[in-house]
Amino acid sequence: MTPRADVDATAPKHLRGKYAIVGVGETAYTRGSGTTTRALGTTAVRRAVADAGLAMADIDGMLSYNGNDSVPSTAIAGDLGMRLNFYMDCHGGGSSTEALVGIAIGVIEAGLCKTVAIFRAMNGYSQVRIGGTGRSRGRSALSGDALFGRAFGQLSAAQMFAPTFMRHMYEYGTTPEQVAHVKAIHSEHASNNPKAHYRQRVTVADVLASRMICKPLHLLDCCVETDNGNCLIVTSLDRAKDCRHVPAVVLGVVGRCSKPRMDNYHQSGPISTVAGAYAKDILWPNAGVGPEDIQATGAYDAFTFTTLLQLEDYGFCKKGEGGEYVSSGIMRLGGARPNNTSGGHLCEGYTHGIAMVIENVRQLRHDVDDSCPLGADGKRRHTFDYAEGGCRQVKDVALTANLGWATPGTGSALVLARGD
Amino acid sequence: MPLTGEYLGMAVAIDDVDQPNQAFYTHCGSGALHLQACRACDLMRYPTTTACPWCSAAEHDWRPVSGKGTVYSYCEVHHAIAPVFRPFLPYQILLVQLDEQIGRPGEHDGLRVTGNLVTAAGELAPSPLVNAIGIGTRVRVVLKDIGGGMALPQWTVDEAAEQPAKPWRYPEQAVAAAAANASAMG
Repeated sequence: MTPRADVDATAPKHLRGKYAIVGVGETAYTRGSGTTTRALGTTAVRRAVADAGLAMADIDGMLSYNGNDSVPSTAIAGDLGMRLNFYMDCHGGGSSTEALVGIAIGVIEAGLCKTVAIFRAMNGYSQVRIGGTGRSRGRSALSGDALFGRAFGQLSAAQMFAPTFMRHMYEYGTTPEQVAHVKAIHSEHASNNPKAHYRQRVTVADVLASRMICKPLHLLDCCVETDNGNCLIVTSLDRAKDCRHVPAVVLGVVGRCSKPRMDNYHQSGPISTVAGAYAKDILWPNAGVGPEDIQATGAYDAFTFTTLLQLEDYGFCKKGEGGEYVSSGIMRLGGARPNNTSGGHLCEGYTHGIAMVIENVRQLRHDVDDSCPLGADGKRRHTFDYAEGGCRQVKDVALTANLGWATPGTGSALVLARGD
Repeated sequence: MPLTGEYLGMAVAIDDVDQPNQAFYTHCGSGALHLQACRACDLMRYPTTTACPWCSAAEHDWRPVSGKGTVYSYCEVHHAIAPVFRPFLPYQILLVQLDEQIGRPGEHDGLRVTGNLVTAAGELAPSPLVNAIGIGTRVRVVLKDIGGGMALPQWTVDEAAEQPAKPWRYPEQAVAAAAANASAMG
C-alpha cells in the first residue's frame, strides 16, 4: 500500500521504524490475585525489564493508565528504586496501550528520556470491576452525566455499547451466530496458552446457549474480568539492538482517535461505524502498509462484537461484512490472519488491551509462550500443530496490528514489524 | 440552590453550578421535554452540553420538542449491574431518535435520547411490553416525577401513532435454533 499523501495528521515519516518494543512482562491472570495493584505493577515492570535484558537503571521513563483503580508510576518506580526523567499517568481503558506507545516515542524523540516502561496493573475482578460492581461504584447520588446513563440502569460497557451492536445487526444482517465465532476461535487459541484463565474450548452453540447478559450479548460474548499486571518497554531502535530479543519495531501508531461527539457518539451516525473508520486513515499511512499486509491481528475483544466492528472499520473487510469475516476461519490459528492468538480478553484475561500487544511482540519474536518443547537456546521449537494444548505460534509472522477499543467512539492502534 | 430528588431509591442531586442540567430536569418537571438550541446555528443538542457541539457557540435557549420519536436502537438488560434494577429484569434501554432534526447536521445525525421503556404511568415496562418493541417502534415521552420540581424523561409506546407492522428485534428464535442445531451436530 502506498502511503497516503492526503492525510496530514500523521507522524513525521522519519519516525516510522525507529522505535521498538523490546521487553514484555506480566503476572498470572487470576480471579483473586491475593495482592495489591502496586505489587502486580512492580512484578510486571521488573519482569519486562529483565525480559529486555536491561537493568533498572536503563529505564528512565514510565507511563501508565488506570480508571481510578490502580497505583501511579511514582509508587512502582519508587518500590523498584528507579529514578525517572519522565513519567505520566493517565485515565483510560482499552484505547490506552497503543496511544501510550505513541507518547513514549514522542517523549523519547523530544529528548525527555531514553527508555520507557508502560504498565497497567489492576485487580479487575477482586477489587474494582469495570462494570461498576465490586467495591466501588454505583452508590453515589445521580448528578451530571450519570443522569443520562446510570439513571436508566445503563452503566456497564455492555449496556453502553449494545445499541451500536444491535444497529449493526439491523443495518447489515449480522447474526449472533457469526459473532459467536469470535469467542469460539479465541477459546481455541486460549487452549494453547498455558497462562489463559479460561483454557476450555467452547463452540458457537455454547456461546448462543449461554445466558443472556444484555442483548445482543450472551455471557460468553463478554470478556473475563481478571487481576493482573502487564508491562511493555519502548526504546529507540538503536538501543533495541543491545537488547535480548528480536525487537518488535513500531511502524505506525494512532492514539485515541475519535468519532464526532466523542462520548456522545450515538448522536453522530452511522452508530454502527466505530472510531476505526477515522483511525485507519492515520494508521495505515503512518505505517506504510495496509490491512492486506498484516499477518496477525489483536482486535480488542471486550466483547465478541468489538473485534468484529474494529476489523471491519480498519478495512480488513468491506463495511458490513464483519460477520462473514469473523466466521470465515481467517482468524483461526492456521488461517490467513489469526486474531488474538493468546485467547484475548475473552479467554486469557482482561488487561485493557496491553496483553494483546505483549502477545504480538512475542509472536514477532517467533517465541510465543505455548507448550512446545524448549530448545538448547531456551527458545521454543514450534510445531505449528494447532490442536488443543499444542502450538500457537503463527508461522513466519513478520507484521501485526493491534486495534484497541475504548468505546464505539474512541480507538487506538499499532502496527508492529519483526525487526530482523 | 441544589435540586434534590429520588428515583427508584437512588438519590438525585443537581448542584446549583450545573445550570444546564438543572434547567433540563426542571423543564421536564414543568411538563415538557426541552432541549438546548444554539443561538448561533439554531441546532438542538442532547444530552446537555456547555457549548454547541456543531458550531462551538456558548449561547443557547431552551426549546420545547414534541416528545415523539422512533426507537433507533435498544439494549435489553437481563443481568442488572445496579441492584435497584433487579426487580425489573429484563428491562429495556432505548435509544430514541426524536422527530426533530433528523439527518441534521450530517446525513446520519439526529437527536438520539436515552431512556427506559416504561408504561404510560412511568413504571419500568413489564415483559409483554418489552417483547413488543424493536427498532422502528413509535414512542412518546413520559415525564416521571422525581421530586424537587424535576422529572426524568422516559418512553412508552405511542398508542396514537401508526406502528410498523413488524419492528426489528433481536432474532431470538433463530438463535435458539442455531444453538440447538449446533448442539445436535456435536
